[in-house]
Formats: sequence, C-alpha cells, structure tokens
Amino acid sequence: MAKNDLQGTLDLLVLKTLSQVRELHGYGIVLHIQRVSDELLHVEEGSLYPALHRMEQSGWISSEWAMTETNRKAKYYKLTAAGRKQLLEAEKSFEQLVKGIRAMLRYA
Amino acid sequence: MSLARRIANLFSRSRVEREIDDELHAHIEMRMEDNLAAGMSPEDARRDALLRFGNPAVMKERAAGADAALGLDSIWADVRFALRQLGRSPGFAWTSILILALGIGACTAIFSAVKPILIDPLPYPRAKKIMMIWEMRGAGGPMDVTFGTFHGVAERSRSFATIAVMKPWQPTMVATDSPERFEGQRVSADYFRTLGISALLGRDFDASDDRFQGPNLVILSDGLWRRRFAGDRSIVGQQVRLDDNLYTVVGVMPRSFENVLAPSAELWAPLQYDPSLPADGREWGHHLRMVGRLREGVSREQAGSELDVILHTLAQINAKGYDSSGGAPDGMMVNELQSDLTWDVRPALLAVLGAVFLVLLIACVNVTNLLLARGAQRQGEFAMRAALGAAQRRLVRQLLTESLLLALLGAVFGMVVAFAGVRAVVALSPPELPRVSAIGIDGPVFLFALGMTTLIGVVVGLVPALQASRRDLHTAMQRSSRSTAGGRQWTRRILVVAEVSLAAVLLVSTGLLLRSMHHLLAVDPGFDASHLLTMQVQESGHRLDSDAARVQFLTQALEQVRQVPGVISAGFTAQLPLSGDDSVYGVEFEGKNNPVGDPALRYAVTPGYIETMHIPLRRGRLLNEHDAAGAPVAVLINESFANLNFPGQDPIGRRVRVGLDVGHVDRPWGTIVGVLGNVKQQSLAMGDENAFYISTAQWTLRDNAQSLVVRTRGDGAALAPVIRDAIWSVDKDQPVVRVAIMDNLLAASEAERHFVLMLFEAFALVGLVLAATGIYGVLAGSVSERTREIGVRSALGAPRGNILAMVIRQGMTLTVFGVLVGLSGAVVASHAIAALLFGVSRFDPATYVGVAALLICVSGIACLVPARRAASVNPVEALRAE
Repeated sequence: MAKNDLQGTLDLLVLKTLSQVRELHGYGIVLHIQRVSDELLHVEEGSLYPALHRMEQSGWISSEWAMTETNRKAKYYKLTAAGRKQLLEAEKSFEQLVKGIRAMLRYA
Repeated sequence: MSLARRIANLFSRSRVEREIDDELHAHIEMRMEDNLAAGMSPEDARRDALLRFGNPAVMKERAAGADAALGLDSIWADVRFALRQLGRSPGFAWTSILILALGIGACTAIFSAVKPILIDPLPYPRAKKIMMIWEMRGAGGPMDVTFGTFHGVAERSRSFATIAVMKPWQPTMVATDSPERFEGQRVSADYFRTLGISALLGRDFDASDDRFQGPNLVILSDGLWRRRFAGDRSIVGQQVRLDDNLYTVVGVMPRSFENVLAPSAELWAPLQYDPSLPADGREWGHHLRMVGRLREGVSREQAGSELDVILHTLAQINAKGYDSSGGAPDGMMVNELQSDLTWDVRPALLAVLGAVFLVLLIACVNVTNLLLARGAQRQGEFAMRAALGAAQRRLVRQLLTESLLLALLGAVFGMVVAFAGVRAVVALSPPELPRVSAIGIDGPVFLFALGMTTLIGVVVGLVPALQASRRDLHTAMQRSSRSTAGGRQWTRRILVVAEVSLAAVLLVSTGLLLRSMHHLLAVDPGFDASHLLTMQVQESGHRLDSDAARVQFLTQALEQVRQVPGVISAGFTAQLPLSGDDSVYGVEFEGKNNPVGDPALRYAVTPGYIETMHIPLRRGRLLNEHDAAGAPVAVLINESFANLNFPGQDPIGRRVRVGLDVGHVDRPWGTIVGVLGNVKQQSLAMGDENAFYISTAQWTLRDNAQSLVVRTRGDGAALAPVIRDAIWSVDKDQPVVRVAIMDNLLAASEAERHFVLMLFEAFALVGLVLAATGIYGVLAGSVSERTREIGVRSALGAPRGNILAMVIRQGMTLTVFGVLVGLSGAVVASHAIAALLFGVSRFDPATYVGVAALLICVSGIACLVPARRAASVNPVEALRAE
C-alpha cells in the first residue's frame, strides 16, 4: 500500500504517457495527460520536473535535448526497459488501490 | 552506475543547474506561446504560465535535489561548514584532535604490542596443541629436563603425537677477517614436526639424523641463507665449516617460520645424545627444554597425569642416572606453549594494558567535556538555525559531520602516534619479551579505539542539537547570551572529578613503580659495578679440546689484557652476575650425608676475577695460580651458603665435593679455603642464593664460553677494541661477543620493570596534563558564563581577593573530590602491579600523599588563570556586555 501515494500516481501518469507517445518533453507530457484524461487531471506543471529527474536517476526514463516543431530546444524523455517494467508494477498497484477504494465506497 | 552519475553531477553542479534552468524556461515559454495562440494578451499569457507552473525556484531546487539524490552535495556542504566551524575555534579543534590522537594512538600502540604476545595464536598450525613440558622437584619451580627423561617419555607416552627437546648452540664460523658466532639450537629429530613447520628447501631432520655420533648436519634459517649464502638454492647438500667441523646443509626453513622458542636462532643441528644413557654423562644433566604436540582429543591434564606415571617408572629404572644430577624429579608439568612463554611478562603487560586503558578513558572524558562546553556555547546558534527553519534532522546531520570530522582528524594524527608508539615499545622492550618481531600496528585495535572515541564524541556532540530543537526557541535564543543551564555544569564537574581520579590512579601506580626502581637500584649487587668492562670469549675449535690448552689460552689472554694501558685488573669467569647466566651444580659437604648435593650457583673463575669484581673476602684466602689442575681442590663459598651449613662455626678447612664429583666416594675431597660476600646473580630483586667458587683449572667440565671482566681506569667502553685485539693476539679465531659495561648489565637486569615504569610515566604524564586541561576548561567556562554575576559582585564591593578565592575554591573542591576518589581507586588498582613492586608496599603512604600533593599543585595552577581573569573583571564592562 505504501506505493499508492500521490507521487506514485504522478509517476504512473508520466510512465503511461511515455509508453503511449514514444518521446516527449515535459510540457508535452502535461498536455498529453490533460488531453487524454479529458481535462479531468491537472498536474501542477512545475512539480513534474522533480519527478522526471527522480525517475531519470532511478533509470526508468532517459532524456535527450532536441528541437521542437516550433524550433525550440527542449529536453525529450523516453521510456527505458526498467521503466517499462516499473510501469507494469505501478499499473498493478494502482488497480489494487482503486479496487480497495471501490470496496470501501460500496460498503458505505 | 547511477551513484557515479550522482557524484559526477556534484562536480558539474553549475552545468546541471543551467540545464534545469533551460528545461524549465522552455516549458514556461511553450505554455506562453500556446496561451498567445489562444488569444491571451502577452501579460496574461505570462501570468497564466507562471501560475500553472508553480514556484520555479522551488521546482528547480527539487529537481536538482533529485539529480544529486543521496544529498552528496549537501554532505559536502556540511563538511565545508564543519571545517569552517572548527577553523573558527582552532583552540577547541586542536585540543580535541590532539586528545583523540593521544588516546587512540597510545591505546593502539599498546594493544598492538600486547596482542601478538598474549592474545593472537602462535604462528603454528593448531598451536593450542603445542605444550611445554618441565620436570618438577619439591617446592622449586619448573626445571629443564634431562635427556634421560625425554628418551623415556618419547618411548612410552601415548598423549603426544610428537615430542622434542632442544638446547642452545652457538657455533662459530671463521670468515676471512674475523670469527663470527651464530645463535642456533641443537634439537631432537621431531622438533620441526612438533611445531608443525616443514623446510622450504631440502628437508628437516628425521630419526636417522639424530643418532649418537651421527653425521654433522645443519638446517639454515631463511635470513642466514640469504645473508651468508646469497639465497643460493644449490646450498642443500653443500658443506659449511662450523667450530672446525664440516656440516652438511640438509635444509632451509621458510621465511615465515617464527621460532618462538629461540627467536634469534639461525641454524639447527641434530642433538645426537647417547640413547644408552650412561649414568654420569650429559644425558642426565638438566639442561634441555622439552616441547610436545598433543594427540587429537587428549587434554593437557590427561597428558600431565600420564607423564607423572611414566616418570615414576623411569625413576625406578634409571635411579643411578637421576642421582647424578640431584635425584629424580617429583613430577612433570605440562603448560600450553603460549602461556608458558608469556608467563613472566604477563603481569607487566596486563599492568601496561590497564594503564593505557585508563589513558583512553581519560581521553574520552576529556573530549566529552570539550564537546559539552562547546555545545553550551553554541546553544544560541542552534536555536537560531532551528528558528530559521532547519529541521532537527538537518541539525543532527550537521553536528554528526562535525564530530566525525574531528574523529577523522584525530584518527589521522592517532595513526602517527600509534606508529611512533609501536616503534618506541619495540625499541624499549625488555629482552625477555617474546614475539617482538610480530609486533606491528594492529588494524582492528586501531578501529576499536577510533570507534570508541568517535562513538562517545558523536553521542555527546548530539546532545546540544537535540536540546536546541526541542526547547522553546525564544528562551533558548535569549539564554544563549547568558549563563547556560546548571545541569550541564554539573555534568562537566562530575567529568572533571572522574578525570582527576583516573589520573590519580595512574600517578599512584607510577609512583609505586618509581619507588620500587629506586629501591632496586639501591640494592648492593655484592660487587663494584663501576668502571667494569665485560665481554664473552667463545672457546671454539679443536685446538682448545684439551683442558690444558684451554687454561693456557685463558692465562695468556689475561696476560695480554693486563698489559693494555688503562687496565687495572682482569679475570675470567664461566658465569657472569646479572647477565642472564644461570649455572647451578651440586655441593656435597663431608659428614652431612647428602650424596645428591645441595644446589648452588657455580663460579669457575681464574685467579684475578674476585679481585677485579671487588667481591669482599670475609674469611680465609682467595684463589691463586697454585690452585691448578692436579693440586688439591680449593673451594670458596658465599656467606649465605656458609651461614646455612655452618651456623656459628668456621667453614674454613671443611671438606666438600662439587660438580661431577658429588656422591662419588672414589673422588678426593676438596677443601673450603675462603668465604666471600653474597653476589646477586639473577636479579637485584632476588634474595641471596647459595654459591661456590672454584678455579677454572680445577673445574672438570668444559664451558664453551668464558666472560672476561676488566676493571679500567677511565671509560671502559673505549678500551673494548684494544682489549679484543689483545685476546686475538693470542688466538685470532676466538669470537668475542656481548661486550658490555657492567653498569648497563645492572640496568638491563631490571629491563622489564624499567620498561613498565617508562610506559607508566608517559601515561601518567598524559593523564595529569589532560586532568589539568579539564579543570582549566570547566573553570574558564564557568568564569566566562558568570562574568555578569562577578561584575555585580565587584560592583557591590567584593574585594578582588574574595573573587579569586571563590573561583579557586570551586576548582579545588573538584580536585579534592577527584583525589579522594582516585586514591581509593588506586588502593584497589595497585593490586594489578603488586607483582612488579620491590621494597615498597602497594599502600605506601608517601606515594599516596605525594600524588595528592602533586595533583593539588597542578590543578591549583590550572585554576589560577581563570581565577585571575575573574578577579580582573571590570564591573562596568561586564554589566554593559549583557
């Protein structure tokens, strides 16, 4: 259960995003999450970066500087093999969290 | 890998920060562009972008934190901060480092010296199985064994897998320029197998080598092989000339072989005694040491009782043999080799160990005290930092860094102290200290001492930080400028009392040892040791095989020596007092019916020896040239022997048989011609032993070495080369060794006590200085904390003298408490050095009073500085300063 905190959720969103879109910069990840979640999920945009850097240190994602379509230099993130594995685990533990919360709600 | 990246990030901090900046900027600008595209005004677009992003500075900090995840960079910052803090109070820093270094270093040095001797197993496979075996007689201590006993035990014992005997052997090799004497051993066949070491080259001895009149064989040590034979591997099978005989080299021992039974031995030859055990041969002399390796599953006690039974049988079979050397022993003693070797030095080493432990304890107390004082001073700083938002964890980490940094610096200097200490211990070690070659810095011990001091430092250092974060910040910050909590003062006072009392224990022990040494050196050795030069002349080679040739050589050598300018007189003796010689033979008195003989020290001397030594003649006459071979045997005995056997009677003219003649009715009686004063042989601390003197010419056994004593007019040492040349002018092949001044031999005979005393002196000095620093620290701290109070007092008219007295009283109360506790402790602790004392009780009042006076004087001086500072407080300034 300890993994099912908010930080874990942000990690899950980022990892899932990068598994769907092969390569993306931070701003792109924010937009992707908003778009895909039908504007339901709003991330404090800045707090994405400590998370990205932490995940990179953990070896789940790797980064590379590249040019955007608008010709701006940005840092692009990409999922690593370890990241893919981590995504599976994060998904699984999130499913459990949701199951647990549902059960609680039904009981009430 | 990721750790490597983190560390890399540490050093490229600015690059990483720039990258994060760029990344965050790119994000905000992309958002702004989208906002503009959505039709916002530039100002709104920017505002919205920042709002959505959050605080960029915080995000940047956190992203950077994630990059250096483990916080390595902040540790580095802590270290730099700690260094600055220590640099700001260099007095505190250096004192702590020095104390830590002394405590850690001294402790490491002494433990390193003691560990290989008392604790580490001997360097042999399953060393615990190796036993020393002695014969026991009556109330006397262990005795060297006879070959007869060894032969019988080796044949019959089931307890020992192998068993061996050994004796010293000092062969001479004549080189081109001068003869060289080697230390070696004659050993029975199983010697090396008993130790469990085999030869590096060639082979070790087997039973066919160790047979009566067997071949001359020799095994070399690695050191001798490399030194004399340049490590030539073809040496095995070659011949070397020793004592005029050719010996075939059969093996070389490995470099790692440490021969604890004779550390200086460099070559070994088989013993080759006669197994038919002739009753009056050397086979029944008590001059062999016996060592055995127990079979698996046999205990020391079992072996001991088996040997007692065997000895009983042997005594019946070989009654005649045993009787020729004082009768059969009463039993056998089996000791573990290690405890046997360390038996003599154990009390001294344990005492030194105890002393160094006290030093470490004092060092710990002192560092604790310093850290407490410093923590008190920094109370305000911690409160301030806590108020500014530093988490308790952060404060603790900072303090931990500081303590560890101190410990680390202390360890570095401690290592230096330890190295110097170990070298000093080895250099000063008494000759009887076993396994000196194995002494070296011991890593685990160093870590232990370091760990102990550090742990205490860390724990103590944390106290103020924990207090700071717990306490109400406001009051803490206010209090920081004034006196600190009384509780801490009390802790510090107790610590000072502890320090003083520990120092008192050390000082009392040192005082007792010092007085013992004085008593010892005041003991009359029985001869005049000043201006006396001694050296040992080996009688080597077949030229000196006949008794007549040996006596002639000695006579001619003496003639030459006496002609050397500066020489007053000279003489030879087979046994030199206080040199470690120990030669005992039986004496049979006519009409006393003691066919076995009373044991007595035997001095076979040339005419001139007694005169040269200035041994007083109590009655009768000295020996002279007429006491020659074939003439009636003339014997002198010492006073204690005379008083024992002829109380109230004149011993002159009484008849005796000595040495090999004892118990042989067919041998003629000799006559007592004189009585001499008692002479100390083993040690100044020993009581008077029985002794007899006989002319070398009339002594029937061959001694391999003679000691020359020369009384000189001036400095004896300067004459030594000339005297040696005078001897070599008679026969240039006789090695001259052990050249020494008698005064030095006298001091060396007390080397062990001297060694312990020197270490105690050093430790006591350290303890005294640390205790004085402690008292000074507490008082100085107390005075500076009470400046305001003192100011008020003097403003109200307290005379300077009163203030001075107040501070001194405070210091003296602590001292007196410490001294009282310490002296009581010393009463108990002195038990540990009781064995090392001589002529002084361990409750010697003079020592205790002296130590109390010394401590009070020293702490008085330590009090004076802060007291004078207190007395000179300017009331106006003191009050304004607050």
